[in-house]
Amino acid sequence: MATTADASARPVRLSRNETHTRSQSLSRLALRRFLRHRMALVGTFILLGILIYIVGGSIRFSEADANFNDTSISLNPPSPAHPFGTDRVGRDILIRTIYGGQISLLIGLFSVVVEVGLGTLVGALSGYYGGWIDSILMRIAEAMLSIPSLLLLVMAKFFSDKVPDIELLGRTLSGSVVVIILILGLTSWMYLARIVRSSFLSLRESEFVTAARALGATNARIILAHILPNTFAPIIVAATLGIASAILSESYISFLGLGVRPPTASWGNMLDGAYQFLESAPWLWIFPGLLVILTVLSINFVGDGLRDALDPRADKKI
Amino acid sequence: MYKYIIRRVLQAIPLLLIISVVLFLLMQASGDPLATLGGRRPPRAADRERLRRQWGLDQPVLVQYVYWLIGNDWTLVDRDGDGAPDEPGARKGVLRGDFGNSLVTRQPALEVITERIPNTLILTVTAEIVIIALSLMVGVYSAIKQYSLFDHIITGLSFIFYSMPIFWIALMLMYIFAVHLDLFPTVGMYDPVVGRTFGQVAWHLVLPVTSIALISIAGYSRFIRSTMLEVITSDYIRTARAKGLRERSVLYVHAFKNAALPLVTLIGLDMPTLLAGAVVTERIFAWPGMGRLFVDHLSRADFPVLMGLLMMISVSVVVFQLLTDIVYTWLDPRIRFN
Repeated sequence: MATTADASARPVRLSRNETHTRSQSLSRLALRRFLRHRMALVGTFILLGILIYIVGGSIRFSEADANFNDTSISLNPPSPAHPFGTDRVGRDILIRTIYGGQISLLIGLFSVVVEVGLGTLVGALSGYYGGWIDSILMRIAEAMLSIPSLLLLVMAKFFSDKVPDIELLGRTLSGSVVVIILILGLTSWMYLARIVRSSFLSLRESEFVTAARALGATNARIILAHILPNTFAPIIVAATLGIASAILSESYISFLGLGVRPPTASWGNMLDGAYQFLESAPWLWIFPGLLVILTVLSINFVGDGLRDALDPRADKKI
Repeated sequence: MYKYIIRRVLQAIPLLLIISVVLFLLMQASGDPLATLGGRRPPRAADRERLRRQWGLDQPVLVQYVYWLIGNDWTLVDRDGDGAPDEPGARKGVLRGDFGNSLVTRQPALEVITERIPNTLILTVTAEIVIIALSLMVGVYSAIKQYSLFDHIITGLSFIFYSMPIFWIALMLMYIFAVHLDLFPTVGMYDPVVGRTFGQVAWHLVLPVTSIALISIAGYSRFIRSTMLEVITSDYIRTARAKGLRERSVLYVHAFKNAALPLVTLIGLDMPTLLAGAVVTERIFAWPGMGRLFVDHLSRADFPVLMGLLMMISVSVVVFQLLTDIVYTWLDPRIRFN
């Protein structure tokens, strides 16, 4: 007995390291998980590089350079003067990829803003209120999902020349840019709405919502201040991946000649008609195409990293 | 079960009606079919007015929709274009299988569309078979050998292909294999000199099918990999192993059957898009399918053909959704409909 008493008499000394764990905030943990995702880091760096390319490039060259045509040098192969070659009317492809990239990224970003706005609104309303609001909104979403994506082409064709040109960031943009943004945004919100709706459905039954309601919070406050912040993770992930798919969609529509109207360049419309020069001028389609792939790929990597970081329990299918 | 199917079919009818109204209204936006009429020799203004009345384009949109839906043979319309409705119409309406006449070729729109369906199906069904077969193999193998070199390579490749625009893959394949190596033909469905033989069509299929398949295989195989991984860690697989079954039969009989189930949903949702034709692929490879028909007739604002194509696709989306749900219950008895 004496020995045990002896042992308990001597207090165990723990070092400061063992008694104090540095508390880590959620965002810090998320950042750590993100930094551990190697491909996401690579993607981030490539994206930064592309941003520097399209922003820095536009400082070096003016938009007039991008639209300057000289038919005497049409379809010239890559050379020191024109590293990416020239197109059918002798415009420099390198400078056009710079200005085209701005348009493609702009379309990607803003159509996702529309998508997230609409998707969150619909998802929140139908998840929180349920009942007939839910049935109506979800039937609309279902109908939207059943409408063939070919319709995008019809809408793009019709509206593209109906919207006047706009001034933005010192550039004159073809009105078709706005049309593409709206079309892509208005036809892609359904998926996001479903994600937000299902989060709202489960969260509205949780204790903290009951507590907030007991304290007299209004519905608007419960939705905006209490439930919505808890659905940010899947929204951010879906938005990131949405930018990638919007850039791809823009390139499809513009490739078919129904998207952004020339002379405003976009990575997609630089490829329009390029297949006629498949053999004779491959630089027409190789460089803009590579930039699309590089951008979409790195955004997808970043999206994947964000999903691991923000939403570790997420169902990871693709 | 039958009750469920009947209820779903009944629900589909209003959905399709809503879709048709939306499509019809938006199609008004596709442009004025009279604007491109006659090409370089546009008709006189008076003829234009007469045609507008004869084709019923002067009617309000809702009247046009009703004529499109149920026909106009029950009422008097202005068939000779003199400004007074005096004869019963000739159109039977979509519900009786009359999609109107193509404004470009004057053939019935249904005929214009149906003659393209086989071409599109040859392309897309072949592609779908290749996609399913290869992605099953790749997905299952990389799940079994998780974190192996093969798995990492496949993961990387699928990310890359998943991020590629299909037209870029198509152009690249064409540039490498048709232009430089001269292994495959560049465009078309068959060599007009040889004619439409099985060998010719198969030969011309290789590149378009590959470009469609590469992107989808990337997505599908990731999907199969993750469902397979989920299944492999489940209890009944451990039970199967504990019973002393050979690893091969554990994986390919017990695990694979359940892992492949969610694929049904994926295929069911993808089929209608495939039916729509790979618009871009068909355009690049000059494949005479439905997707190319759509783009060609879109530039001429050929309303009846465009509307017919869109409605066919919408119907097939709804039908395939229902079929998927039914097949899924049949395959997975855990799911019950109420």
